[in-house]
This record gives sequence, structure tokens and C-alpha cells, in this order.
Amino acid sequence: MKTTLDEQELEQIFQQRIDNEQKIEPKDWMPEAYRKNLLRQISQHAHSEVIGMQPERNFLTRAPSLRRKAVLLSKIQDEGGHGLYLYSAAETLGTPRSELIEALQSGAAKYASIFNYPTQTWGDVGAIGWLVDGAAIVNQVSLQRTSYGPYARGMIRICKEESFHQRQGYEIMIALAQGSEAQKQMAQDSLNRFYWPSLMMFGPHDSESAHSARSMKWKIKRETNDDLRQKFIDQTVPQIMFLGLEHPDKEIRWNEQRQHYDHGEIDWDEFNAVINGNGHCNRQRMEHHLRAHEEGTWVRDAMTAYKEKQRKREVQVA
Amino acid sequence: MSDEDLKQATLDYTLRLGDDALVLGQRISEWVSNGPFLEEDIAYGNVALDYIGRARMYYGYAAELAADGRSEDDFAYLRSEREFRNYLINELPRGDFAYSQVRQLLVDQFNTAFLDRLVESRDATLAAIAAKGIKETRYHLRRSREWVLRLGDGTAESRRRAQKGLDDLWGYTHELFEPDALEQRLAKAGIGVDTAALKSQWQQAVAATLGEATLNLPQEDWAVRGGRTGYHTEYLGHLLGELQSIYRSYPGCRW
Repeated sequence: MKTTLDEQELEQIFQQRIDNEQKIEPKDWMPEAYRKNLLRQISQHAHSEVIGMQPERNFLTRAPSLRRKAVLLSKIQDEGGHGLYLYSAAETLGTPRSELIEALQSGAAKYASIFNYPTQTWGDVGAIGWLVDGAAIVNQVSLQRTSYGPYARGMIRICKEESFHQRQGYEIMIALAQGSEAQKQMAQDSLNRFYWPSLMMFGPHDSESAHSARSMKWKIKRETNDDLRQKFIDQTVPQIMFLGLEHPDKEIRWNEQRQHYDHGEIDWDEFNAVINGNGHCNRQRMEHHLRAHEEGTWVRDAMTAYKEKQRKREVQVA
Repeated sequence: MSDEDLKQATLDYTLRLGDDALVLGQRISEWVSNGPFLEEDIAYGNVALDYIGRARMYYGYAAELAADGRSEDDFAYLRSEREFRNYLINELPRGDFAYSQVRQLLVDQFNTAFLDRLVESRDATLAAIAAKGIKETRYHLRRSREWVLRLGDGTAESRRRAQKGLDDLWGYTHELFEPDALEQRLAKAGIGVDTAALKSQWQQAVAATLGEATLNLPQEDWAVRGGRTGYHTEYLGHLLGELQSIYRSYPGCRW
């Protein structure tokens, strides 16, 4: 009689659970490729939260009212917090945070390309909240049903905070759009610069996406890149209209038959350039991260040394 | 003191307290995404947020007292370097992590004693702001105290840096305990706090932490003063230049 299941049988049971919408938990058996794929996605998401603090931080010391400063501080803090939950979710797959951060710093792991665009005006802070967080939410709402338990639960928590972020961003845009001529121009300019990169956040077309098919089968991803992107395009049109701004996509048209907006094509050369490290801020983002990390080495060492001394003192007392 | 004088004095005093909170909050916020690890980015952001919140409450009250149409933002964004009345220690650059944490210890220990008295102010608004602030400050102090212990009693390098930070900051602590005529008057009126009376308590508490952290209490007798008269270091102008740049570039706009 056979006492252990072979790989193939385990995989069948695993797929069965996924098909039945049961969550996979850290101690459950999972195919190595599932683990790797998830780790790649969750850590990329965590790194994005952390690197994403940089472009917003750029306006923290200049926020044009104390209220805006307080809101922005609390938003950036939330993002750091999201980074923490996500690193913890990734750690449940057996890789410690220090290794994940090393992978980010060596370039082996990626973060969302959108954060390689510079924030130049206060309007960009609004556009990031509205469009970038808005696009992230579309994706994350769908990930609340992802098959890996810790990731799905993390997403539920993160989505709540992200919708607050999107509202604060849109509120900044409303204030600008209803403000002086210069403020309106600022709003339009930020929309123009952040619209297309936000669409790129959903990744390549489904036909070009390297990881899509298997991720769908394993329900790591629940909807395709193009479907999610379409959702975002559709929801953004009335928001732009409400602001009284001009749509950056000249080909945007309602398609009665599809019940969706038709739209112009993304500049995929730009997309690839930024992904491959050649965007506006790729180098600065990584340098900033590395510098802070290296400058913090002696602090982390001191913490370890202190903890060790405390431990020894406790042993002596005991 | 006439009622009108008292009101003006209370307004000036409230602005001083608002300036302390804003300037230090602005400085601390510079740590966000610059900390030694993610938890510290978040913690510093949190402390900065408490200070900015406190500045808003003080300036909001100042706007009420001034009753001339100026808003909390006008106080923060439209006054110049010479008009700011914060203690100098709050405007010094963030330095390294040890310098920042030692400053926090010195200031948190001061604020703990200060707010603990201000909650008894005859002025109900100042008392209410202090009541909220003291809860935050007790938490800030717990954090800065723990960090000073870790850094002082950590490695040789962290100890050297913490001692250097302490030596460089010490001379800026004296003015915290030297109330001017306005502050003395308000203390007598039961509105403000006589900070001179807080000094020995502060010194004892700080000395105890430094001792535990194996750091030496600075003996050198130097002091730089001027915050309460608007006689600032060269750093404040740059801090305000950055803080106020957008607000001043678009006069009269709402954000």
C-alpha cells in the first residue's frame, strides 16, 4: 500500500482546492512554481509601497497647507505600513525580509514602474492619489479574492486605506480644478503626465504577459491585465469630466456595443524603457533607497549589540 | 495687565508654541523614507504628524484670538524667519539618527514636564491642547528614551555618535528654562508655564537616562540663545523657504 502521495497527486489536490475557491495557507503543500510566482508578486508589491514613498515625500516638506501636510504624512505612513504587511505576507512563504530587500537592491526584484516618474508640482501629489492609487485599487480589489490566504487578507486591509488615499488625491485635484487659472493648469499638466503611466501599471497586453496564464489558473490573478485596465479607463472618464479637464487620450470614445470606452494605444516603448531601468528616476530611486539603507547600518548594528548585551545581563541575573 | 494686553500676550505665547511644534514637526518629517529601516520611517512619520497636528491646534487658536481674518496657514506660511519664535533646538538640522534621537530625548523630556503643567492653564483651549499633547509626548519620550539607551549602550560607533550629538545639542537646552517677561507674566496669570521651575526635574530625568545609556552629561558651559526673540540660526530660513515655497508662489490660493 502506498503511504505518501506523489507530486502529481498533490498537485491535483492543490488545484482542486483552488478550483473550489479554498484559500491556500502557509503550511499547505504548494507547487514550487506557485510559491515562486507568489513571492515575486507579493514582494514586488511590497517594494512598490516602499519606493512609492519617495515621490510623495518629495512634497512633504512643501505641502501648501498644514491640513494637506498632515494628510500626506498620514498617507505615506500608511504606505510604509502596507509595505510591512506585505513583507510579512511574503515571509510566510519562507523568505526573510532581508533577502527580499537584497533582491530589490540588486535589481533582481522589481517595483511598480510608475514610481520612476518624477513629482514636479503639487498637482502630481493629487494625480498620484487619484490615478496611481486608483489604478492600484482596481487591481487590489480583484486581489482580495486571490488564492493565497495571507495575501488575500492583506489586500482587504490595504484596500480600505487605499480608497481613502484615492479620495484625498481626487480632493486635491478638485481644489486645483476649482482654483485659480494657474492651479487649473497645474491640474491639467499633472493629469497629462500621469494618465498614461497609470494605464501602464496594469502591465503588458494579455497576449504579451509572461506570467498571466498560469497565474490565472492558480487564481493568484483573478482578472487579466487588459480587463482591469479597461475598468480603470471606464471609471476615469467621468472623473476627468467632473473636474472639467481635458482627457489626455484624444481617441477616447464610448463604444455602445462593447459598453466600454475605446481608447488610444499605450506607448509600449516608453513602458519597456522604464521597466528596463531607463525611466526618469529609476537610478535616483534606487540610490536613495541604498543610501538610506547604508546610512542605517550602524543603527541596526547598535540595536543588535544592545539586544545582545541585554540578553547577557538577563542571563547573569538569572 | 488689561484684558486686551492679556489677550495679546496669550496670542504671542500661543504662536511661540505653534512655532515650536511646526518647526520640529517639519524637521522630523525629513526622516520619512530616510530611516534606517521601514519601521522607523513609519514611527518618525507618526511623531511628525503629532507635531503638525499640534501646530494646527495652536495656530487655529491664535487665529481665533487674532480675529483679523488670518488662518492657521497664514501664521505658518506667511511669517518670516525673524517673526518665528521657536526655540533654536527645534530648527537645527536633522543630523544623523543619533543626533535626531538625542534631540528628541531632550525635547520630549522638556515637553513632558511643560505640557504636564500647561494642562492646568486657566486658558481652557491651551489646557485642552496640552491634554491631547501630553499623551502623545509620553509616547514620544518612551521611544526616544529607548533609542538613546540602544545607541549609547550599543556599539562603539553608535555611542560615539550619540555622545557627539549630545555635546552639540547641549548648549541649546538652556534657553528652554529662561522665560522672558511675557512668559513670566503669563505664568503669574495662571495661563502659561514658568519653565524655570522645570529645570531641575528635567535635568534629573535626562541625567538618569544618559547614565543608563553610558553617555556623559556634558560639562562644558556654553549656551546659544535667541529663539524666543527671533534671533535664529542660519538653518531656519532654509527650513521656512522650503515649507512656504508653494503657498507663497500662489498668493491667495486655496489648496
